[in-house]
Amino acid sequence: MLSPTILVPAVLNGLLTGAVYALVALGLTLIYGVLHIINFAHGALLTAALFAAFFMHQLFGLDPYVATIALTPAFFVVGYALQRFVIGPAAHGEDRNILLVTLGLAVMIENGLLYAFRADTRTVNLDYAFAVVDVGVALLAVPRVIAFGVVLVVALVLWIILSFTDTGKAMRAVAKQKLGAELSGIDVAHIYAVTFGLGTACLAIAACLLIPTYYVNPHVGNAFVLIAFTIVVLGGMGSVAGSLLGGLFVGVVESLSGLYLGESLGQIGIFVMFILVLLFRPSGLFGERA
Amino acid sequence: MDTFSVLSRRRFLQSTALVATAATTSVIGAPAVLRAQGSPVKLGVLHPVSGALSYSGQQGRLGATLAIDEINAAGGIKAVGGAKIEAVLGDAQSTPDGANAEVEKMNAAEVAAIVGGYASSICLAASQTAARYDLPYVVDVGVADNIVTRGLKNTFRFGPGFGVIAKTALDSLVALNDQAGKPTKTVMIVHEDSLFGSGLAKLLNAQLPERGFQVLETIPHPTPTRDFNNVALKIKAQNPDLVIPANYYNEYVLLARTMQQQRVRPKAIYSVLGGAASSYKFVKEFPEAAQYIMDCNHWFDPHNAKALELKKKVEAQGQFYTYEVYMNYSCVLLVADAIERAASADRAKIIAALESSTFSGHVMPYGPTKFVNGQNAGAAPVNTQVLDNDIQVILPPAFATAKPVFPTPA
Repeated sequence: MLSPTILVPAVLNGLLTGAVYALVALGLTLIYGVLHIINFAHGALLTAALFAAFFMHQLFGLDPYVATIALTPAFFVVGYALQRFVIGPAAHGEDRNILLVTLGLAVMIENGLLYAFRADTRTVNLDYAFAVVDVGVALLAVPRVIAFGVVLVVALVLWIILSFTDTGKAMRAVAKQKLGAELSGIDVAHIYAVTFGLGTACLAIAACLLIPTYYVNPHVGNAFVLIAFTIVVLGGMGSVAGSLLGGLFVGVVESLSGLYLGESLGQIGIFVMFILVLLFRPSGLFGERA
Repeated sequence: MDTFSVLSRRRFLQSTALVATAATTSVIGAPAVLRAQGSPVKLGVLHPVSGALSYSGQQGRLGATLAIDEINAAGGIKAVGGAKIEAVLGDAQSTPDGANAEVEKMNAAEVAAIVGGYASSICLAASQTAARYDLPYVVDVGVADNIVTRGLKNTFRFGPGFGVIAKTALDSLVALNDQAGKPTKTVMIVHEDSLFGSGLAKLLNAQLPERGFQVLETIPHPTPTRDFNNVALKIKAQNPDLVIPANYYNEYVLLARTMQQQRVRPKAIYSVLGGAASSYKFVKEFPEAAQYIMDCNHWFDPHNAKALELKKKVEAQGQFYTYEVYMNYSCVLLVADAIERAASADRAKIIAALESSTFSGHVMPYGPTKFVNGQNAGAAPVNTQVLDNDIQVILPPAFATAKPVFPTPA
């Protein structure tokens, strides 16, 4: 069973799947890092993005990769507006209120989608969905290789935004010291909303990368969010590099536990790891402090 | 607090009174309606039309409603004064719980009988719930054998069960293999992990070794599964002569396509109740992945004129002629025949009429219906193979329309 002909492709597949997990986790960790809240609506927003990508293809015949160009700014605006006009005002400055508001949003979005589209599982059929790249040791699905590349680019762009732009610096300032940032003239409400928008935009990209090989139904986002949450904790809450590496690691763990424990138990490895990290290194592998 | 509870109690009483009035009205109203000419006989049509099994469920519903339309167009149930059949459609949402809720609703709607269920787990739960109301339940597909071995008087299965299907499948496999000079010996089974797939895998694991095959590995997977890369890799590593998949439509297609993608080429893919192996949809959409796949499954009688007529009708609607369609079509005709002979929509009388049914106006290769403990004794699957973008019956010889190609040409 440990033959490399099966182990190597499984690890590579895991890495490719993990990249998309990482992207979902990036959005979550970004919002946590700056707003210091867990966004419970993350999964529901991912589901909404998947539906958007699905219908872009179904109604307008738009290839999911092309749809990214339209959906990313659209979801940035959705995220911005949600934080600026719904979550922010409804929270009244209390973090625990934000938790409840995002939870409420999640319930509303999910049930809204359920009401509109029923519980059906939908898939997109694309010609290239089963095309493969032969890398010698394994045959890799083209959409996953594309997804992997895109995630690396997105992570790089996020890092550049955070490190070198004024908005990025403002985000980091707000994350470190909210009051200090406010005193030096940073519009905190705006920065919060921008961060939430960026986190949501990550989901739009993830949805477009997922839909060629995945499916969509009103509850599909939950599976990702549990994994994304694990990654965020594993990588150290709020760390971009941590999310990326954590995501890849989780992808490999899932693939290997699927291989050895059976497909039905594929995700058990992830959650065992989650518990172990919480027990022995609660600050995460890349976290600075507990 | 006091005021509140008083108010709410008053509210409660008011609404109860309203409900009671409504109920009385309908009870009083009912005889008048019954006396009116052509009061319909209600028939529960239960399928998983949403969720993971939605495609199969929708196909099943299509078959059932086509039959109902035909019966009504031909003058309804003549023994009940030409009463039309009124379909009470239910969505089991691909879960046993969903099915139970629908059975409750159908019972409240006073249906005379229920047809459908599709998945074994759904049929098992729904027929049991229906049994509480002595409500006749005709299983359309659900193949788990315990559906008819629980001693439920209300439950009838028109199609074949696991035991018969597995035996036919194995007999046919041995026959095909012997005929070709025994090219296959090692086997891998890929099955979905609910009642249907697991039960079948267990049966195959017990019986394949006795027939000279060696089972290398049995791989379960959940429904839905959206990634078969690991499974394909495992098959590639073990390189079996024969792959036997037992799963539902989406997973079957995905598995076949992933095997094609990962260039896994066993000597034959022989499915037992393969969700897609004998589906025109699969053959049309992915002809390369489907070519030469064999299946032991439900199939219409290819020499039956009515079956071919129905095929044209379904295809004219832009739908695929899948087994869910003609099995549900046949089941509804069976129930209509029972109501006709019972000359009543009374549940007990319909159950008695089903017990003594000799119905032969269906489109399946079963011969006249004869229920033994709720199981149609004549029900049997056939073997099909995908050949040149069409599905042909290869066994038994009486129904065959083509010669088998075994093993797959390299």
